[in-house]
Amino acid sequence: MAEAAVAPLPIVPYLKIPESGAPYLEGIKCKACSEVFIGQGRLTAGKHVCQKCGAIEQMETVKLGNTGKLYNYTVVHRSFPGVKTPFISAIVDLDGGGSIRGNLINVEPTPEAIKFDTPVKVVYEIAPAKDKEGNSYLSYYFTPA
Amino acid sequence: MANDVYVVGTDMIKFGRFPNRTVDDLGAESALGALSDAGLKIQDIQALYCSNVFQAMGAVGQRVLKQIGQTGIEVMNVTNACASGATAFRLAYLGIKSGEYECTMAVGVEQMGSGLQGGAGGAGMAISPEGILGSNSNPAVFAHTGLEHTRKYGTTFAQFAQISVKNHHHSTLNPKAMYQKETPLEEVMSSEMISYPNTKLMCSVNVDGSAAAILMSEKEVKKRGLMSRAVKVRASALSSEPYVTRDISMQDFNAATRLAADAAYERGSVGPDDINLVELHDCFATAEMVHYENLRLCKDGEAGAFLDSGATTLGGKVPVNVSGGLLSKGHPIGATGVANVYEIVQHLRGEAGARQVEGARMGMTHVVGMGTACAVHILEKV
Repeated sequence: MAEAAVAPLPIVPYLKIPESGAPYLEGIKCKACSEVFIGQGRLTAGKHVCQKCGAIEQMETVKLGNTGKLYNYTVVHRSFPGVKTPFISAIVDLDGGGSIRGNLINVEPTPEAIKFDTPVKVVYEIAPAKDKEGNSYLSYYFTPA
Repeated sequence: MANDVYVVGTDMIKFGRFPNRTVDDLGAESALGALSDAGLKIQDIQALYCSNVFQAMGAVGQRVLKQIGQTGIEVMNVTNACASGATAFRLAYLGIKSGEYECTMAVGVEQMGSGLQGGAGGAGMAISPEGILGSNSNPAVFAHTGLEHTRKYGTTFAQFAQISVKNHHHSTLNPKAMYQKETPLEEVMSSEMISYPNTKLMCSVNVDGSAAAILMSEKEVKKRGLMSRAVKVRASALSSEPYVTRDISMQDFNAATRLAADAAYERGSVGPDDINLVELHDCFATAEMVHYENLRLCKDGEAGAFLDSGATTLGGKVPVNVSGGLLSKGHPIGATGVANVYEIVQHLRGEAGARQVEGARMGMTHVVGMGTACAVHILEKV
């Protein structure tokens, strides 16, 4: 069995953990249509093709915003085996572009406590689960700004 | 028109749980039923389009023919998420529309597992993102669909729940539905909360089932003297999802549904006011609400009021899911799209019994599946 890494690993490849400085989310922006996508998108034969406008090799890597607004949510009470409930599954539109799903934390998981368009910030915490080699993962979460 | 296509026979089995039967057997039962309904033999069928999701690699169509007669005809096995059945029906329609065949059959069949559907996501990831990066369960995905409507128009939990009350009520009139049980509003709202606002009674029922439809060219219908019980396929449309800005964060079922609905209205040269009843994809109560608008049954923002007015209840302006819908009739994924056709045909023939929509002349079917695939058909009394 491989040794567990000392530092936490990113839960998704687009969560960047720089050697110095704060973690951030990375995306790509199409220079042709200005659409912002989470992560590095899909590659077709090694080329980036814009999912929205079809432009080829027009993507630039961008650092995504660390703030945004709550566009949508649901309070999940029943999930797959082993997943702790309730939790808030949130859709956040990031300032500067990009829409992303994640857990909204530090809010009561009841509809009465949740308001659409609440300003949120992206925070980074160790995820509750470890992989089978014992590695910890750093995840992003949303919390009211 | 000379190249119009008609449904001349259709059947569905009573939906339920049949762990001791096979998909071949279940599919064959409705296929034989449709042949009997049309007064045809298997030798009259020139091509079979068979929809199934969970055994997509299993040549289910060929296995059905092994049960009811191996005539060596073209068999195409179809999988297209929750639109699989309607896709098979559309292929059967196109087989005739193209001029290749005079008589084709669509069979949809599924055996479902029970419990929460939809993967936890995170393929290739070392730990599951479920419950960390939100939820990917089907109830959560469609909860987002509903709460987006709440965000825009203030639609309430009770209104979403009322859809389930309505469809469960309708199913009490359908002996082929999985359940025939009234569920009062309080019972729906206080049943186990799965993913707000969808409670357990607002989630479709996982059932086994099958349905079949036989399609025929106008020339052949006339030659065989089958026009008196034939139902015309007025329009057929299938769409995939166009890009929407939240494509990655939140699955969208609205844009694809609007594309398919608008294409069907245009191809059929009809409008929403011509439609007398609809069987639409109520996989969750929240979904039915948004599809009132997506299918243009009411204006954007008016779905809640449209429901409250009773327009979509049996006896209303355009009854929706009088079969009981996926919420109570059940949702055997590969069969659902064909079962919708069965239901509409019963009404257009005036043979729907206690749930008959009086004077129905035109009906619409709609399914939309993850991915996204959406099919809309318009059927017309001859």
